[in-house]
Amino acid sequence: MELVIATAIGTLAATAVYLVLRARTFPVILGLTLLSYAVNLLIFAGGRLVVGAPPLIDATAERYTDPLPQALVLTAIVISFGMTAYLVALALRAKGEAGTDHVDAQDDRP
Amino acid sequence: MSHVIILPIILPLLGAVLSLAGHRRGTRFSRTVLLSCGAILALVSILLLERAGSGAITVYALGNWPAPFGIVLVLDRLAAIMVTLTSAVALPAMLYAAGGADTRGRHFHALFLMQIAGVNGAFLAGDLFNLFVFFEVLLLASYGLLLHGNGLPRARAGLAYVVVNLVGSSLFLIALGLTYGMLGTLNLADIAVALPRVADDARAVVRAACALLAVVFCLKAALLPLSLWLPHAYGAASAPAAAIFAILTKVGVYALLRVSVIGFDAADFTADLLQPWLGPVALATIAWGTVGVLAARRLAEVVGYLVVVSTGTLLVTIAAGGDGRNGAAALFYLLHTTLASAAFFLLVDRIAAARGGAGDFLDIRGRAEDGGSLALGFLLLAVTMSGMPPFSGFIAKVMVLRAVQFDALGAATWVMLIASGLIAMVVMARAASALFWEAAPADDALPAPASVSSAPAVQSGPIPTPVPASPRELLAVGLSIGLSLVLVVAARPVSEQVALAADQLLARQPYISAVLGPAPHIPLERRP
Repeated sequence: MELVIATAIGTLAATAVYLVLRARTFPVILGLTLLSYAVNLLIFAGGRLVVGAPPLIDATAERYTDPLPQALVLTAIVISFGMTAYLVALALRAKGEAGTDHVDAQDDRP
Repeated sequence: MSHVIILPIILPLLGAVLSLAGHRRGTRFSRTVLLSCGAILALVSILLLERAGSGAITVYALGNWPAPFGIVLVLDRLAAIMVTLTSAVALPAMLYAAGGADTRGRHFHALFLMQIAGVNGAFLAGDLFNLFVFFEVLLLASYGLLLHGNGLPRARAGLAYVVVNLVGSSLFLIALGLTYGMLGTLNLADIAVALPRVADDARAVVRAACALLAVVFCLKAALLPLSLWLPHAYGAASAPAAAIFAILTKVGVYALLRVSVIGFDAADFTADLLQPWLGPVALATIAWGTVGVLAARRLAEVVGYLVVVSTGTLLVTIAAGGDGRNGAAALFYLLHTTLASAAFFLLVDRIAAARGGAGDFLDIRGRAEDGGSLALGFLLLAVTMSGMPPFSGFIAKVMVLRAVQFDALGAATWVMLIASGLIAMVVMARAASALFWEAAPADDALPAPASVSSAPAVQSGPIPTPVPASPRELLAVGLSIGLSLVLVVAARPVSEQVALAADQLLARQPYISAVLGPAPHIPLERRP
């Protein structure tokens, strides 16, 4: 399972880096979204991968999973969701004002 | 337990909610909320300064959960000084905004208060995850403030600023995930305890996590390869927003200082993380900023580049010091440069309004209307910012130059600081003659700027006529300049206080035992 998680995080992060370096706003937003997925998985994996164990006190449980990374991921998801929504609105406005979706708001291909 | 420590965070948050809830009642209501919050915050920060002045480190455990399990706010001398600095920068900016700049967009007051809550929270946070959360609070508010008042330049600068900072936030989260995964804690004091016990085979990952943290803080502080976003963003922002932005880069410097002294210095495999490159990179930042000061076409961008120069100066002071005096010098310089650049951003906006269509463009001729008092303010701030006697810039620069060690890095610092001060002075003199001396061409058609496409602010629409200053705006500019003059008058007590703050930070152990207290320790091998 470690291999699957590591590969998933790596693929997401690599795709994200490629997309963020594009010059158009839409790929950049997609890239930032993928990057936040990769980060969320990484934080989650920081609590070690445990299957079928409760995060909170349970009289019958023999082992537990770490609840803190789950709380951290929740915070990170909320923040990155809000940021993405803001960025979409901002990109639309920049497109409306500049007439182009280039990140510099200047079209390099006239 | 005294609850006064959390007031610098709670109060502006409540104010922001109040001004959002009551925004239909008009600007008058929102301005009252804004200004009363600013005034109360100033009083609270003086209280905090007094409390920290005894040398005690106060720890506020939220919900009364002890560290490292709960969230703590920590107030020491340094944090109290930084919170006070925030108030000192925010109050004139609020007053200035109440003079009319706040009506150019919606919800300015709420965003501004959120920004202050985020900055204060970052100064008081005792663990890395809350540092991250408050960074996000201040960044989200700054995105809104940067876009306040419409226009293409702002949308353009805003997009780059938001994307760069979102990538920075992701890096921050990666560092946090790695840190928690390897150390099992995010509390700064607990990290200091856990770091020396890291097993040999895990050290590379921990070192990478610490390096990522340093990169993120350098991005916020605008150190060279990560500072290209700053001048355009600050130059495009409205004046009160830019004035409060002057403290944002200092949040990065503060976080770098706090985390590297308390955290990284705890173990020998992370203690040498910054030393090899911080000095040279900071010098390169000064060089790049100085070239930018020479090349900038707008006065607001000149000040933006001066902010970059100040970041470089601060970090080279931290890197090049030998005998411990550098901490005090860096803190005094930080106070000076934040107050002076915030005042400068306000003054620039006033000058631009008084020049009408020429704005703050340095390559368009046009004299500021009734420029006498503005020119006097400009003279004071230009002398302060370029570090000439007798103002705070000179005192700060002398402290910095006396603190650096006499080695290759120290010698380079001397050369760079003196050269950049001279160049700043030349640029200021040249700017003054464009702003206050040369009359506009006789016919009222303004000459088009050199390249029309890069100056869309002047390109379209009716040419704005000079706007007379409102009394509040003049009072705000006067107040902010006055606050930076306080550093001259009270140079001795202030420098003694910052020296005590630096000593307290460098002592490290009082901070760690104040936060962790008598709480039982979980040995590392039993952590997840």
